[in-house]
Amino acid sequence: MRERLLQFHGRRGWLILAIAAAALIVLVPLLNSLPKSFPLSVPDYLIPLLGKFLCYGMMAIAMDMVWGYTGILSLGHALFFALGGYGMGMYLMRRMAGEGVYRSNLPDFMVFLDWKELPWYWHGFQHFGFAVLMLLLVPGLLALVFGWFAFRSRIKGVYLSIVTQALTFAAMLLFFQNATGFGGNNGLTDFKRILGHSLQSPSTKLGLYIVSAIALLLTYLLCRFVVTSKLGRVLTAVRDAELKTRFCGYDSINYKVFVWTLSAMLCALAGALYVPQVGIINPSEMQPSNSIELAIWVAVGGRGTLVGALLGALLLNGAKSYLTAAFPSAWLYFLGGIFVLVTLFLPRGVLGLMTTMRKKRAAPEKTTAPEPVVAGEMLAAPEKAVESS
Amino acid sequence: MSAQPVPDSTDSGATTSPVAAEASESTVNGDLLETVADGPRPQVASQVVALWVENLTVSFDGFRALNDVTLLLDRGELRCIIGPNGAGKTTLMDCITGKTRPDTGSVYLESRLHNLTELSECEIAQLGIGRKFQRPTVSPQHTVYENCELALKGNRGVFHSLFARLSKADKERIDQVLETIGLKDLKGRMAGLLAHGHKQWLEIGMLLALDPKVLLIDEPVAGMTQPEMERTAELMHRLAGERTVVVVEHDMEFVRSIARKVTVLHEGRILAEGPMAEIQRDPRVIEVYLGT
Repeated sequence: MRERLLQFHGRRGWLILAIAAAALIVLVPLLNSLPKSFPLSVPDYLIPLLGKFLCYGMMAIAMDMVWGYTGILSLGHALFFALGGYGMGMYLMRRMAGEGVYRSNLPDFMVFLDWKELPWYWHGFQHFGFAVLMLLLVPGLLALVFGWFAFRSRIKGVYLSIVTQALTFAAMLLFFQNATGFGGNNGLTDFKRILGHSLQSPSTKLGLYIVSAIALLLTYLLCRFVVTSKLGRVLTAVRDAELKTRFCGYDSINYKVFVWTLSAMLCALAGALYVPQVGIINPSEMQPSNSIELAIWVAVGGRGTLVGALLGALLLNGAKSYLTAAFPSAWLYFLGGIFVLVTLFLPRGVLGLMTTMRKKRAAPEKTTAPEPVVAGEMLAAPEKAVESS
Repeated sequence: MSAQPVPDSTDSGATTSPVAAEASESTVNGDLLETVADGPRPQVASQVVALWVENLTVSFDGFRALNDVTLLLDRGELRCIIGPNGAGKTTLMDCITGKTRPDTGSVYLESRLHNLTELSECEIAQLGIGRKFQRPTVSPQHTVYENCELALKGNRGVFHSLFARLSKADKERIDQVLETIGLKDLKGRMAGLLAHGHKQWLEIGMLLALDPKVLLIDEPVAGMTQPEMERTAELMHRLAGERTVVVVEHDMEFVRSIARKVTVLHEGRILAEGPMAEIQRDPRVIEVYLGT
C-alpha cells in the first residue's frame, strides 16, 4: 500500500500536494472568514470565482487523461461538462417549484411555453441523489456509446477531433431548441436553493467552493491512481505504439473506451459543481470554442502530467478574468498569442519549462549518473533524447 | 509459376501440399492433430503442427498480394521466409496476426479448430502468436523494464490492469528476460532512447515475456552491425526449440547463419521450400532472387 502510494508521487510530491490541498481547502476559507479590513482577507466575490476555476481544473485533468496520456485529442469535452451542468440545473429548477416568477410547479420556461406537464425525462430530478446519479450516468453512457463506435471504427487523430467537435455542435443546436425541454436559448437559471441552502448566502457559496476543492483533490488522486497503474502504462503505450500494444494482446479499443468514459464522467462532475456557483447553464457552454479553449489550457500547462493541465486551467482562467475586465477586447488575441508561443517554444508547456529549469539548477551538483525514472516525468524524455543524439 | 513446392527434399520431407489438401477435408469433421498423425507422410508423425496456413489469398485493389499460399510449420521449427520486395512476406505476417483479413483461406494454431483469420489482432496475440515488426517498435516513453512488464504474459483485461501488481514470479521472469537479451543494465532507460540494435533486442525480449507459441519476426537484423547480427542469430536459435519461429529476412548472410529450412515467396506464391543449401541451387530461385 505504502509502496503504491509512493508511485503516485515521491515524498516531495506528496508534501507539495498536501500543502496545495491545505491551502485550497483550509486556508482560503479561513482567509475568507477574516474581517474585511485585514490585508490578506479573501473577499466574498472571489469565492465563487475560485470555485469556478477549480471546476475548470477538474475538466482540464479529465482532458489530460484522454489527450495527454492516451493521445486522443477531443474537441468536444465541454459537451460532457455541460450535460453534467444541465443535470444539476434540472435538480435546482425542480427544487424551486412554486417559487418561480409564475408561482407554478413547472419551471418558468415551461409555463412560458404553455406546457401543461413535466416532460418524462424531468421526473425524479427533484431528488438530489437521483439527479447526481443521472448527471454522471447520462454523460457517461453517451461517452461509452460514442467512444465504442468511434474507436471501434478506428477513427483517430484529427478525424476524431472533428467528429467530437461536430458532436458538441450538434448537441448545442439541439439544446437551443425550446422543444428539447431544457429552456432553449436561456437555459436554466434563476436558481434558489441547493439542499435547502440559499444559493445567495455567502456560507453556501463557501460550502460549494470547499466541495469543489475536495472534488478536485479526489479527481486528481483518482487520475493519479489510474495513470500510475498498469492500465495507465497501457494507455501511454496505446498513445505511442498502438499497433504494438494490440500485438501484445491488449485490446486498445477497450482501454480507450474506459479512459474516454471516465474522463467524460469527471467532466460531468465538474459541470455539476460549476452550475450552482455561476447560477446558470445554457447551450453556449457547448459551443465548439469552449472545448478548444480546454485543449489550450492543457497544452499550455503541459500535457501528460495532470498537474500541468490543472496549472494551465488556473493560469489561463486567472488571466482571462483579469484581462476581460482590464482590456476587454484583448483577451482573444492574448489567448491566441499564448497558444502560438507555447506551441512554438514550450512544447511541453509551462510545467515542462519548470522541470527543465529545476534540472538546470540542479545540474552542476549532480553527477551524470542515470536518474531514476519517475512515471510522472515521462515528458522529460524528448528533451533527453535531444541531448543524447 | 505454380504454387507447388519444390520436389521433396531428401531429409526433411518439406512438401506441404499433400498434408494441406488432406487438412482441408478433415478440418470439417475432425481433429487437426489426428490428421497430421494419421497423414500420408510418416515423416511428420512424430512432430506436432504449430501453425497451419491454408490456401491464403489476399488482393489489394485487384493486385494479388498473396495467391493461394499454404504453409505448414512444425512445433519448434525455425523457418526463414525470403523473397524479393513485394513478394508478399509482410502481407503473410499481417494475415497470420490478424492485421489484414484475407479474401479466402484460413490459419490454424496448433490443435485449435478455430480459424484465426476471424479474430482480432489482440485475440490472436492472446492465443500465442507474437510478432516483431520490421522497424523496432517499442513503447518509447516507457522504460525497458516497463516495456517488458507490459508484454508479460497474463490477463489483458482493462479492470484487471487497473489493480494489477507484479508478483514475485513476474519480477523474476522479467529479470530473466532482461538477462537473456542483455539489457539488464539499461532497465531504467527510456526505451525511446535506446540504440537501434538495443531496441531490436528489447522487442525480442518483449516477445520472450509474452511467451508465445509462434513467433513471427520481420527483418530482425536490418541496420545492425556484424557483432549485433551474430548476437541476434544466437537469440533466434535460443528462441526456437520450444517455440516456433518464423523469420522474414532480406540479409542472405544472416539467413544462411540461422536457417534450417527456407521458404521462398515470389509474387504472392510459394516458389520453393526446403533446406537452405538446396534452395540456393534451385534455378528458379536464383533467377528471381539470389542471382540478382
